[in-house]
Amino acid sequence: MNMIPLFVAVPLAGAFIIPMLSRKFKWFPDVLGNLVTLALVIMSFAVIGKSGVYSMGAWKAPIGIVMVLDGLSVLLLVSINVIAFASTLYSIKYMEQYTSKLRYYSLFLLMLAGMNGVVLSGDMFNLFVFLEIASVASYALVGFGCEHEELEASFKYLVLGTVASTFILLGIGMTYGSIGSLNMAQISEQISQNGMNNALLFAIALFIMGFGLKAALVPFHAWLPDAHPSAPAPISSMLSGVLIKALGIYTLVRFLFNVVGVDERLLMILMVLGALSMVIGVMLAFGQWDFKRLLAYHSISQVGYIILGIGLGTPLGILGGLFHLINHSAFKSLLFLNAGAVEYSTGTRDLQELGGIREKMPVTANTSLVASMSIAGIPPFNGFWSKLIIIIACVQAGRPVFAALAVFASILTLASFLKVQKYVFFEKLKEKWNDLREVPALMSLPMVLLALLCIVMGVLLLPIGNTGVLENINILEPAVKVIMDGTDYASKILGM
Amino acid sequence: MIYILCLIFFMVGLYGVLVKKNIIKIVLGLIIMEYAVNLFLIMLGYREGGVAPIISEGDSITEFIKHSVDPLPQALVLTSIVIGLGVIALMVAICIRLYEKYGTFDITEMRRLKG
Amino acid sequence: MVGMTLIVKTVARWVKSFIFLYGIYITLYGHLTPGGGFAGGVIVACSFILLILAFGKEKALKRISKALASELDSIGALMFLIIALLGIFAGGTFFINFIQKNAPGQDFHLLSAGTIILSNIAIAVKVGSSLFMVFVILAVLRVVKKGDKLEMIQTNMRGEE
Repeated sequence: MNMIPLFVAVPLAGAFIIPMLSRKFKWFPDVLGNLVTLALVIMSFAVIGKSGVYSMGAWKAPIGIVMVLDGLSVLLLVSINVIAFASTLYSIKYMEQYTSKLRYYSLFLLMLAGMNGVVLSGDMFNLFVFLEIASVASYALVGFGCEHEELEASFKYLVLGTVASTFILLGIGMTYGSIGSLNMAQISEQISQNGMNNALLFAIALFIMGFGLKAALVPFHAWLPDAHPSAPAPISSMLSGVLIKALGIYTLVRFLFNVVGVDERLLMILMVLGALSMVIGVMLAFGQWDFKRLLAYHSISQVGYIILGIGLGTPLGILGGLFHLINHSAFKSLLFLNAGAVEYSTGTRDLQELGGIREKMPVTANTSLVASMSIAGIPPFNGFWSKLIIIIACVQAGRPVFAALAVFASILTLASFLKVQKYVFFEKLKEKWNDLREVPALMSLPMVLLALLCIVMGVLLLPIGNTGVLENINILEPAVKVIMDGTDYASKILGM
Repeated sequence: MIYILCLIFFMVGLYGVLVKKNIIKIVLGLIIMEYAVNLFLIMLGYREGGVAPIISEGDSITEFIKHSVDPLPQALVLTSIVIGLGVIALMVAICIRLYEKYGTFDITEMRRLKG
Repeated sequence: MVGMTLIVKTVARWVKSFIFLYGIYITLYGHLTPGGGFAGGVIVACSFILLILAFGKEKALKRISKALASELDSIGALMFLIIALLGIFAGGTFFINFIQKNAPGQDFHLLSAGTIILSNIAIAVKVGSSLFMVFVILAVLRVVKKGDKLEMIQTNMRGEE
């Protein structure tokens, strides 16, 4: 399995070649950026169903740094790279409004390398380094427009993100101080042999705070509604679609389930955080009139669903949570791309100014209809199935209160997206939008792709998982198995 | 316990980030936090009267481990200093651009974003 | 007169090459003594920053232009990546020290430790040029008042436009 380091090396190489050559060729950043993401998509599909451990420089696990590929990593890799490909395709036309394409693609690929590194890393400190690469690139990308709002949002995001990183680093120091190793498998082995101590508990608290801030769970969510709308649309879709998941949810789940091993208390914390995010996020979204800001608040709410599902700790709950994770990355990226397309054509994001642009922009309107129905949980789209699984899992686990909250949040989401559809796309066409044009084909292509993905995942993915047809493209079951195995992770990694 | 000192440092930095209104002071608070963590990491590897962690022929390994300084935290601190450098450069650049747009360093006057 | 006083200029003219050489020494001996690519790169960048402080940025930018620094920045990073990737072809593993495996040098000599010295050079190029860029960009931008609007302009070190 010598493909594992290439997931980091290929985007890094792209990020450094682009500024060298694109002074001479104007078309170069577009072409190379898209080629790199396309190659990553192909590579991530090629590793589905595989697993392996890669020791950097042939130094074995306790001494050297290892990269680990297992079911959970594969799930994240596929969703990251597919969304990244859609975003770069979209950027070709969209980013022409901004000045410097080469810096944009360079930072984009750095962020991608960081995210791929985070999900593949098998070492706490290596994970921190990749996390910082991805975060620093995203801070710069949020402020890419260099206007008042962008800079303010970027500064806010930068300060909170750095505080979170410092907490994580302190937690890593605490863990190293009490265990004496940074390899996740070894930490896990030591904990299961020697049990917990107070320093480790403190480290866990620091990690929940730090990773929770990166994932924008509710007490730590303040930066997200500013940062995500301020970025250019393809970046918003990357940030909301996959960055908060790779940097927040994946790391939190990996650390709590596979390294520490969960118990009743930790699961309860996760569930309460998830339920809080779910309800408060959607309530805050309700009063928003800025298209992208509304979507950003919904991201908080949907992240709550994922954490609630995983926090249940039952196989069905985890399946629902992970399924919702990939569904959310598909439909939320699509929604942000739609918002970007609307802004590209009309120049505004204010819902009250828009109206009736359905007949003028049919592709945008129809894809956003698909995405809205997915996020609101209308059958047969993908969001419905994952929400249904989460709610059933809540009931089965004997947590009817959480199930009721999930239904309640789902209804509010539906209402909120009915508002979006009504104000933006339906209603009567306003006078000033009479000569509106549909966005260029290169921008509508990724939107159509993602919309198809939403439908296909809703119709096909679950039957595949249950009947065993097409076993080799099933990516959910292995991921669920990794989480359910818990701290057996250690023996598997050290055994390989 | 000398680790308490690091935590006090950390809290001083956090106080600066949370309370101060001037964005340059917020940046300074972040720097203090980062360095408190670096100090903590360095002290994890410290041994009184320790020797450099280079093993030579004839040393028994168990004896050597008791006396040598742990090199791993030093590597971690180097890496985290480099990351800190990048973050601080970006932060200062954003501060300059913010000053250009708003004409002030006061964070209470930067209120375009609401809700 | 651009730059600082005569005393500073004279001293800077004397020590700048020593600082530069010291940076190169730290880089090359990174695998034997304390130091390495990052520290060496910072010291090399410092010698140019001293030039900027003493003589103004024109003199430093005459030696290394912004475009060249940006190219060097990418080249350093790519060199490091290529060294890591060569490991796959030469030794079968990413980041493997393939030179040390095949032709180990004598201990505690300059040509030992295989690819580490090459990596150190790559890091020094990358760190030196990017720190230089950061300093130039932060130093030359000034925010001035034009009418009732603030604007960002490029100035020399004395704040002249």
